[in-house]
Amino acid sequence: MNSIKDRAALIAQAAQKMNKEVYNDSNMKKIITPRHELQRQSGKVVTLEEAIKRTGLKDGMTISFHHHFRGGDKVINMVVDKLAEMGFKNLHLASSSLIDVHEPLIEHIRNGVITQISTSGLRGKLANEISHGLMKEPVVFRSHGSRGYAIKSGELHIDVAFLGASSSDPLGNAAGFSTSENAKSICGSLGYALPDAKYADHTVILTDDLVDYPNQHNAISEADVEFVVVVDSVGDSSKISSGAIRDTKNPRDILLAKQAAKVVMNSGYFENGFSLQTGSGGASLAVTKYLRQGMIDKGIKASFALGGITSHMVKLHQEGLIDRLIDVQSFDKVAAESLMNDCKHKSVSANEYAAMLEPGSATHYLDVVILSALEVDVNFNVNVLVGSDGIIRGAIGGHPDTAADSALSVIVCPLLRGRIPCVVEEVTTLITPGSNVDVVVTEYGIAVNPNRPEIKKRLEDAGMNIVDIHDLADKARKIIGTPDPLPFGDKVVGVVLNRDGSVQDVIKNITE
Amino acid sequence: MFVPGNNPGMMQDAFIYGPDSIMLDLEDSVTMAEKDTARLLVHNALKTIDYGKTEMVVRINPLSTPYGKKDVEAVVKAGVHVIRMPKTETAEEVKELEQEIIKIETELGCVGRTQIMAAIESTLGVINAYAIATASKRMMGIALGAEDYCANLKAQRTSGDSPNFGMELLMARQTIVTAARAAGIDALDTVFSNLNDMDTFKREVEMIKAMGFDGKSIINPRQIEVVNEVFAPKEKDIQKALTILAAIKEAEQRGSGVIAVNGKMVDRPVVIRAQRTIDLAIASGIINKEDI
Repeated sequence: MNSIKDRAALIAQAAQKMNKEVYNDSNMKKIITPRHELQRQSGKVVTLEEAIKRTGLKDGMTISFHHHFRGGDKVINMVVDKLAEMGFKNLHLASSSLIDVHEPLIEHIRNGVITQISTSGLRGKLANEISHGLMKEPVVFRSHGSRGYAIKSGELHIDVAFLGASSSDPLGNAAGFSTSENAKSICGSLGYALPDAKYADHTVILTDDLVDYPNQHNAISEADVEFVVVVDSVGDSSKISSGAIRDTKNPRDILLAKQAAKVVMNSGYFENGFSLQTGSGGASLAVTKYLRQGMIDKGIKASFALGGITSHMVKLHQEGLIDRLIDVQSFDKVAAESLMNDCKHKSVSANEYAAMLEPGSATHYLDVVILSALEVDVNFNVNVLVGSDGIIRGAIGGHPDTAADSALSVIVCPLLRGRIPCVVEEVTTLITPGSNVDVVVTEYGIAVNPNRPEIKKRLEDAGMNIVDIHDLADKARKIIGTPDPLPFGDKVVGVVLNRDGSVQDVIKNITE
Repeated sequence: MFVPGNNPGMMQDAFIYGPDSIMLDLEDSVTMAEKDTARLLVHNALKTIDYGKTEMVVRINPLSTPYGKKDVEAVVKAGVHVIRMPKTETAEEVKELEQEIIKIETELGCVGRTQIMAAIESTLGVINAYAIATASKRMMGIALGAEDYCANLKAQRTSGDSPNFGMELLMARQTIVTAARAAGIDALDTVFSNLNDMDTFKREVEMIKAMGFDGKSIINPRQIEVVNEVFAPKEKDIQKALTILAAIKEAEQRGSGVIAVNGKMVDRPVVIRAQRTIDLAIASGIINKEDI
């Protein structure tokens, strides 16, 4: 006889041996709710307060955020306000970046809610206060690629990630856009939030559009999400780009852009299948315009454009000049919509974008990057974080990652900004080491790193005006004079990590 | 390129855009209250900023105003290349300016250093164009100032979409080019002020080039590229000019006066045009002097 009853003793034996329970059919209860109703329900959908409680967040833990809504972000202030209200103290805030809109954090720092910050950048009043010594602990600055890798490796351990999304279904399949008719916001790629979602102990999605399951083209998977919180608004999409994207009319930006495009076109890397990345400043955007003309004239097509993707890049892609777009951050609405609609416009995580130790990072396959700078020094070192007044006013972003990994890095930087010299003896803060910077384009001439004599020769052969970077610094000094030394104090308010995780520089407090 | 004489930022880096000539303005772009400040700024800019090879011009206030003579003194002392006299109507005005310049240059011991460009901005000025152009050895060019001229003419400026585009300036332009050529000096056209209409601007530059002008006044660096592009000689013309000049050189070496290129006789006007093409090609950076 071999009925299941007869095998009961053997089943019990096997269960005991495997240290498991014996199946009990009376525990099973079939759910008979119509599935369309079921799809709208999920135990994961809770209030923010409940989500916070149920993640088990405690004083002293690390919370994280992304900054894909840039100036329009509402999540960081909303969540930290709630945490303050709930009485949390001594939290470590690890955001992919912080900007002007996060000024309310000043109060939370004063009140001890936030006592530690890790970020890529700081701007506005918050940056100003921190530069003047607001915090006891120095802010830790990492590049985007470096942050992604630090989260993965556990160096930057995240207890709870609070991630804004423009759509999520009740299970937490979330995206930076929404295809539903109730769409309220759009930020495009969620690249900087992906390591957080994947590696944080607990992930909470905040969304202003709870959509039916399954949310399509989801960047974040339900598998990584514990709670979904519905809020009125996660961000104001109109503030993703600091202004409407239009062609710059500033003649200096146009001059810089034309020169930078000429550098690229004569660098030896301007050939079919090349890959490129540009920053989002006026001059960098304009470079795209002049490169476009060069690509059309010479019949050259790019394999991919990387990085913060702009409407300019989308245009080149749609014209067939760039085959694919790899998007860690969408810089404007057009880019965000393209990501939603175009299968050759791919979003990547910060790790896949620019981590030094990830073999698959897209930056490893980047030919040309065009970047801006606050300051460049005579050793080609670049500062994009701290202003010439010693006050933090920028972000590391992907600057050191792309400069190091690309075959050719071009820095576009005016020699003078008003009365501030931008080519100097030594940068205020070292962000991108000069060994990774190949060409510096200014309105007074182009300097090529002595490490790259072949580039210098190619540009000279093309009839370009190549100057010694020391001459540029001299010129700036002659016009402006030597600025007074900055009134730095002795307190360290910021630590800049290299992309390999080592400590590269510190930022001291400003006393005036 | 016009640069307001009261804007240090613009004065400081105007030359980076590569205009052939920068004209720092003390006249219309500076308010009464700022005349003294601007004069001081322009003086110091000329003395301290390294403008490279750019020709430096200053537009002074008319000598009939309380500022004119002070302007002359300040800019001659600073070593300006050219003084642009606004609203020139007669040869006597040019002579009066010349006397002022001589006075300052004598003090400095550099007589003959400063050149004069006269802006013709009235019907009387147009009628007197040749007399103005030949009023002084220092005269290097005459320029049209269209707004004042049209007001004086009682004509409206036409826009790019009008079938009569440019008709109101036809006589003035032709007179100025003819007078300049007769005097052996440069003819410069008026500014085009709608920065957002680059297509019409280009049409106008092409038109004035066809009329014989040597250049065009501009008000923004964005206009430089268009002017250079229109005025730059084309590859075919450069090759032809080089062939002609080479043939001339060879003929001179052989001691022969008459030459032929591709079976056509080359006479003096052809040689002059060829030389001008090459000069323009060098100025536009298309060919190097050493390559010739």
